Amino acid sequence: MADSEQDKRDRLARQFIEALPFARALGLELTRIGEGEAEITLPWRDDLVGDPEAGVIHGGAVSALMDTCGGAAVMSHADVPAGTATLDLRLDYMRPATPGQALRAVAHCYHVTRSVAFMRAEAFDDDASRPVAAATGAFTVER
Amino acid sequence: MKRPEPVQVIKQRRDAALTSLTEGVPFVRFMGIRFDRRGDELTAILPYDDALIGNPMLPALHGGATAAFLETAAIVELAWAMLWEDIERAAGPEFSLGDTRPRLPKTIDFTVDYLRAGLPRDAYARARVNRSGRRYASVHVEAWQDNRDRLFAQGTGHFLMPARDG
Repeated sequence: MADSEQDKRDRLARQFIEALPFARALGLELTRIGEGEAEITLPWRDDLVGDPEAGVIHGGAVSALMDTCGGAAVMSHADVPAGTATLDLRLDYMRPATPGQALRAVAHCYHVTRSVAFMRAEAFDDDASRPVAAATGAFTVER
Repeated sequence: MKRPEPVQVIKQRRDAALTSLTEGVPFVRFMGIRFDRRGDELTAILPYDDALIGNPMLPALHGGATAAFLETAAIVELAWAMLWEDIERAAGPEFSLGDTRPRLPKTIDFTVDYLRAGLPRDAYARARVNRSGRRYASVHVEAWQDNRDRLFAQGTGHFLMPARDG
């Protein structure tokens, strides 16, 4: 069976995300993508800790996870024909992530104009009922 | 009247205090971020590394790497500003933080504006504490590469101040 447009788009987005050197350096794993939504996991790593006393992961690593996941969600949206770049990203840190646990980000590209894509994301550790962080972002729409 | 301390002793103490803030933070080492100090002015330096690239086609720095760099620069500047008076009151070339490391400020929120693509070059950032109260602080940070006047990113964050002793 031939791939649908959406399948092709999703496969390209997955290849693109997994080839980003910084995403590889962090060990990001894209676990789900399609129709303006993406899920990316950041496995636990001792070398990403920002508060050694508490053993909590650095906010910067969370930012990188959210930015990548947001970009993947935007790329998988049917109204985004080519690439994208982040215009702005805001992160809210609601609670410290639990030491030793992976972080899972879920991003949704909820609106696209001719020039701008808007994205919302949340990140969770093992407790899926209480987000660790939330993000909103605006991304360019390359044509 | 007390004789002023030799300048080298003061510099050593300031550098010891700065080192104490960043050494032992694994993520700072992961990113390769360093700090340059002139008096009380800090410049964060992100030496270029291939692993920091997002889009290999351009190539451009990953937006996440830029965000992480800005946030690190903001937190260290804020922690440094909190420590400055203690450093200046102390004497001798050492600076001891006591039994425990100073608790670092915690990020409440952080916003990054991406002004232009980050080039595959070293990046620099300076942060300014615009407001620092007992519980909250607001910090602005600017990042550039080759030209100080051509920022490639800027950020603003709010931070929860660590509880101070006493």
